[in-house]
Amino acid sequence: MLNDIFIAPFTEFEFMRRALAGALALALGAGPIGVFLMLRRMSLVGDAMAHAILPGAAVGFLLSGLSLFAMTAGGLIAGFVVALLTGLVARTTELKEDAALATFYLLSLAVGVTIISLKGTNIDLLHVLFGNVLALDDQTLLLIAANATITLIVLALIYRPLVIECVDPGFMRTVSSAGGPAHLAFLVLVVVNLVSGFHALGTLLAVGIMMLPAAIGRFWARDTTLMILIATASGVVAGYAGLLISFHSGVASGPAIILIAGALYLTSLLFGRVGGLVRQAFPGRHLEA
Amino acid sequence: MTAALQFRNLTLGYDRHPAVHHLDGAVESGALVAVVGPNGAGKSTLFKGIVGVLKPLAGRIERGDLNPQNIAYLPQAAEIDRTFPINVYDMVAMGLWRRTGSFGGIDRAARASVERAIAAVGLTGFEDRAISTLSGGQMQRMLFARLLLQDARVIVLDEPFNAVDAKTSADLFDLVRRWHGERRTVLTAMHDLDFVRANFPETLLLAREPVAWGRTASVLTPENLLTARRMCEAFDQDAALCADEQASSLPPSGEAAAAGRRVHEHGVPTRD
Repeated sequence: MLNDIFIAPFTEFEFMRRALAGALALALGAGPIGVFLMLRRMSLVGDAMAHAILPGAAVGFLLSGLSLFAMTAGGLIAGFVVALLTGLVARTTELKEDAALATFYLLSLAVGVTIISLKGTNIDLLHVLFGNVLALDDQTLLLIAANATITLIVLALIYRPLVIECVDPGFMRTVSSAGGPAHLAFLVLVVVNLVSGFHALGTLLAVGIMMLPAAIGRFWARDTTLMILIATASGVVAGYAGLLISFHSGVASGPAIILIAGALYLTSLLFGRVGGLVRQAFPGRHLEA
Repeated sequence: MTAALQFRNLTLGYDRHPAVHHLDGAVESGALVAVVGPNGAGKSTLFKGIVGVLKPLAGRIERGDLNPQNIAYLPQAAEIDRTFPINVYDMVAMGLWRRTGSFGGIDRAARASVERAIAAVGLTGFEDRAISTLSGGQMQRMLFARLLLQDARVIVLDEPFNAVDAKTSADLFDLVRRWHGERRTVLTAMHDLDFVRANFPETLLLAREPVAWGRTASVLTPENLLTARRMCEAFDQDAALCADEQASSLPPSGEAAAAGRRVHEHGVPTRD
């Protein structure tokens, strides 16, 4: 019985196994990235960046149809260009990161829409918008897994400068020039993970598997490491449970994954150990010292 | 005596407006110098120039064999994100950066040095506290612990004792004295003139241009302080080109003088 509900869908159907592998790999990379986005107060940057990637993927789609390579390359190029220009402008001019990003992602969107309208084709972009975790082919699965691997390795390499740059950018500037490159590498990772995410969840929901787990982590941990672990774990749980619910009830898998993450988030918001609402309403009697 | 820092006709500023103007002079190695002046006198600007985060508009700073990254710096308003989930221990351990860089491990000796630094500022027991739970004084103590670990030959402190109580500033000044005893070079921006007179052998009085630089008693005279206050007026949006630059790049303009703008003297500051 339990076996039928929780395990059989994955042992019996290959597409479910692939979907699970894809969802888990996605959660591994997106968890830590989301935590850093949140800690840097860049939670909406992921969303804006997803908009910047969309035109690139659309152009790839336009040029060579539903080709993994063309769409991935298009998305990566659009994302990197926007990320690099944003980083450069934010570091060298008076414009702050948010304003710089807003200008470039909107330009990217406009360029993408212009190119598509020039071509005059009425293409089906539903795949790019909503993705399909249940239809991951070998190549896409490898791409997602490779991206997760790259993300974790690069993050391990830039972890120390990235954390210091987040807490005390002034100190980082005076002791080393590694802060800027670390930040740029981080933005590149954001793009890589969004491109991974759009194959499975679509450009719009890809941000969800980054930010919801991160917000969950914030309600349970006071230090960065634990926060990242909790975020990643809740992404994994959301991926697994979302796929199960989708399998048994027939709802779309992408939204199911994000909705499970949403349920975990609401639970954390209420009962979280660090600043949860219930904890705030009933803090208990104060201590002696 | 060798110079730790040498300023050569140094002009620092923002958007072409000088905030430190034509500063010449040397900070001897091992000196303990108070930098004094009204608000807007250029103290913080000078410090940013020394640690290399602000490029000179003209002139230069010679640091001998020192890399700007080896100068420890405590800014006046540190851009610390106090809500970031990091504890006191990790924050202090950042001071090891010069030894560890991005990848170096923190071995047992390094861990012991972190604990010693935390103990030296009286924060033992606070290692696991999140920085968001610290008071202003505890925060400043933590930043001093990090400075201790940086083990720098030149240390630059921008108004380190503002907004901390007497006990904390006394404790922290003991560390400054210890650095002085270890022949490190320390520059400190200060507002409390009585404290400067009592504790700092050397003072630089700055009012965008150097007013006086030398033995504290001979610098902090009523006349010098009055001069400093007069010189430190707001910065003129439509200021003419500096006469020095004009002389070398443009024909002399009678207009600026006619408009009654102050053409400053480029005298060498008095030193004794």
